[in-house]
Amino acid sequence: MSRVRADEEEYWHSSKFRAFTFDDEDDELSQLKESKRAVNSLRDIVDDDDDDLERVSWSGEPVGSISWSIKETASGSTSSLDGRDSSLQKGSSSYAALPKQASSYSLSSLFKGRNKLSSFQSLSDALTDTGVKNYAPELRRPKAEYKDYSGDWSPKDTVRRMQRGKVCSLERFRSLQDKLVLLDEAVAGHDGNVITAVLIFLKRTLRREILFRELEVRQVALCHLIHFLRETGEQKFLLDLLRFLDRTEEVALSQYREHLNIQDVEKRREFLKGCIGLPFSAEDTSHIQDHYTLLERQIIIEANDRHLEMAGQSELFRKYPRKASILNMPLVTTLFYSCFYHYTEAEGMFSSPTNLKKTFKIPDKQYVLTALAARAKLRAWGDVDALLTTKNWLGYTKKKAPIGFHRVVEILQRNNAPVQVLQEYVRLVEDVETRLNLATKYKCHDVVIETYRDLKDRIQLTAYKGKVERGSAEEEKINSILSNTQIRWKN
Amino acid sequence: SPQRDFHILFVPRRSLLCEQWLKEQGVLGSFIHREQYSLDLIPFDGDLLSMESESAFKECYLESDQTSLYHAAKGLMTLQALYGTIPQIFGKGDCARHVANMMIRMKREFPGSQNSIFPVFDTLLLLDRNVDLLTPLATQLTYEGLIDEIYGIQNTYVKLPPEKFAPKKQGEGGKDLPTEPKKLQLNSAEELYAEIRDKNFNAVGSVLSKKAKIISAAFEERHHAKTVGEIKQFVSQLPHMQAARSSLANHTSIAELIKDITTSEDFFDNLTVEQEFMSGIDTDKVNNYIEDCIAQKHPLIKILRLVCLQSVCNSGLKQKVLDHYKREILQTYGYEHILTLNNLEKAGLLKPQTSGRNNYPTIRKTLRLWMDDVNEQNPNDISYVYSGYAPLSVRLAQLLARPGWRSIEEVLKMLPGPHFEERQQLPTGLQKKRQHGENRVTLVFFLGGVTYAEIAALRFLSQMEDGGTEYIIATTKLINGTTWIKSLMEKLEPAPF
Repeated sequence: MSRVRADEEEYWHSSKFRAFTFDDEDDELSQLKESKRAVNSLRDIVDDDDDDLERVSWSGEPVGSISWSIKETASGSTSSLDGRDSSLQKGSSSYAALPKQASSYSLSSLFKGRNKLSSFQSLSDALTDTGVKNYAPELRRPKAEYKDYSGDWSPKDTVRRMQRGKVCSLERFRSLQDKLVLLDEAVAGHDGNVITAVLIFLKRTLRREILFRELEVRQVALCHLIHFLRETGEQKFLLDLLRFLDRTEEVALSQYREHLNIQDVEKRREFLKGCIGLPFSAEDTSHIQDHYTLLERQIIIEANDRHLEMAGQSELFRKYPRKASILNMPLVTTLFYSCFYHYTEAEGMFSSPTNLKKTFKIPDKQYVLTALAARAKLRAWGDVDALLTTKNWLGYTKKKAPIGFHRVVEILQRNNAPVQVLQEYVRLVEDVETRLNLATKYKCHDVVIETYRDLKDRIQLTAYKGKVERGSAEEEKINSILSNTQIRWKN
Repeated sequence: SPQRDFHILFVPRRSLLCEQWLKEQGVLGSFIHREQYSLDLIPFDGDLLSMESESAFKECYLESDQTSLYHAAKGLMTLQALYGTIPQIFGKGDCARHVANMMIRMKREFPGSQNSIFPVFDTLLLLDRNVDLLTPLATQLTYEGLIDEIYGIQNTYVKLPPEKFAPKKQGEGGKDLPTEPKKLQLNSAEELYAEIRDKNFNAVGSVLSKKAKIISAAFEERHHAKTVGEIKQFVSQLPHMQAARSSLANHTSIAELIKDITTSEDFFDNLTVEQEFMSGIDTDKVNNYIEDCIAQKHPLIKILRLVCLQSVCNSGLKQKVLDHYKREILQTYGYEHILTLNNLEKAGLLKPQTSGRNNYPTIRKTLRLWMDDVNEQNPNDISYVYSGYAPLSVRLAQLLARPGWRSIEEVLKMLPGPHFEERQQLPTGLQKKRQHGENRVTLVFFLGGVTYAEIAALRFLSQMEDGGTEYIIATTKLINGTTWIKSLMEKLEPAPF
């Protein structure tokens, strides 16, 4: 980019900040360093054939050009100076080699620019660029900014530069001591981006054991590295680190997480098997065990059922073809499937519901609910009845639902159970109001009638006559009850 | 073929991780410009700023990565450069402490940033989200809160099912129903919205019907306009009236959509359980409604919100109860959710009760978090936003202003993280002398997310007579219970790369 682009200059000048950085925070640097820098920057200009990267940055990094430099010089001399800049003024006058002008910007000039601001830009960045900038008019700017020549930026300055988005080569920090100072400076600066950059460098240039050892006592950097490894998916490195730190449960969970990346079922099963011995908490260990067992069973069931389906001999599979494979489905879904397709199988078979119930210790409530839903879908009302019937030791049967009969009714109704079936269970709903609501809603006339009779509510019963068909058995029933003189009606 | 130039502009900030990846792919050098467009705090409304950093809560509380706090501090420095140094900083929480430290350090390192702006803000209050984990879990009951809960407000826009918004033309049979969702912008520039957004939903209906009468009456004026002058005046007001009418039509439709949900049995049952927990009832047992929902396989996030709410209102669940819920969830939704449950425990949302003590009743009683006699139509307390529950975070802000946090020292100690006060020097001459009756201005910064209901509660405090303080709200992200829990869930699909 050796040609000046006049229009570009115009563009950049007409926008916000006059602020720019040439060499930052030179406040404390000695004259010698300044000279060295100036000389180096000149060398860059002379040596540089590279046209490619013209960088411009929102925080006001300058675009290099002669005319621009001159303009800057001119403006610099007219802008107001803060008190603390004056000391640097003195320093600059000793620069004989290159004519230059002390330049700075005050906050008032900052806010002049601000008015044209249409959005929040890095004012904070601009704010960090305080202080006098010494610079020489150059043919071109870029390299000094972006290339870390033979520079001797201290760790602190390096971090500062990186915080402002400037590319910094970290290679010159060779000794372990230097690297650690750099890391500590980065951490002290709080900018996660910079911390990550330094960590990437350290990860590349330090032996693992040393890196781990040093990070163990640097919590913030450690957390950043872990986060970084998670994001980039560097699983092996992460696990080694966690093992070193003895964070065993995290090792276990991190490793377990990997199973999600394994698509092939057999491989996934193998992987889960391997997870079982990992140091999970006691509770989690049993869950992982269950996960493995479940997948193992699902693979067997899936293979068998696919075979059955293909053979075309099973009426059930013909009538209700499977919409999806059972692989990787949750336990309860698997139970539903099993109650649907394999309800009557003996407990010894992996695909039988009773086997699932026993192996995974499924509580009664969940079992009954799931089986109910499956049998209702198949309209197997006899099975539904059997599920809800228990025999006591005297041989008497009793209807019992571990989930409340109103829920039973809901499930049956959703599966379009005929009224006679529904009615059976509506009758068993304990709460009277709920019973009436459901019975009325689903037109279980007998139940309504019986309930009003039990409540001795003549008015409601009479009113209900209007809801039943004329001349029907229900109407007769109502009439006969209403004319029953033995009932002591409450209204 | 023409040479193409590639540039990359990182918003809101460049990421070395991205550049690293690009470098590994061998394409980093091909970009001519690599820059960042820094966005820290984005104004969402006249009193609301957000960083819209979705991962801030997860990063700070799960991964101990406080980078987003660095950017929050930078955002605050920018704000101070524009509106003056904030003389007083209060905070509660570890992240709050960290942000305050960074602010003080940034100010010290760049003394040139001392400016001559007359300070607009009197106080900054920094609050960690984990000081109040309860509020985002409860279902919001303000108009704007419900829109966000049900449909999700993205950057002040909401997408709604189009059926109710089809323009009704005379004579047409309603063919060509729109299939695209209806997109509306929601902010205080719309008069009607500004009026109803922060009201409890049950109070919105009457406002809408009043408005309908006013607008109808205004349109009727055309019959009364007799002179040319009157007609001209009427016509000049027409655009405003038409805008008002269209605004009313939109919000009537939205209110109808919301009402369908809020009058449903499931919404009622869910809310009942939430309110039981928040008022301290039966938080130590397995809850039947939650079990039923799991059994019916309701959406997992709904279940997680409820169990986390129970856990927070019980200072952690008894091990037996926790194990029971975990088992049911894993069996019903899949074992892979162990990872999410682990995250929730780490964040403090769903965990075993460690100390054997439940602090919540004390906190609830001292801070008056549950108010039985809430008035939804004409509220006198911030608890109206949840029809009974006063958001803990806003209560803390309220008590800070009056009578001050010294009165609640004991309770503050029960909440996580340090509480502190810092003062920043103002150059003499800039010290604010408040006029009689002039309100203080407090900036409340929620580190980790804020809900619309909390914003409504703060606005309520601002407009209270003799309240004494006006609030501006800033946050890392606008959230609701669903988006918040979602951000903590483990991603279960394999990564795209």
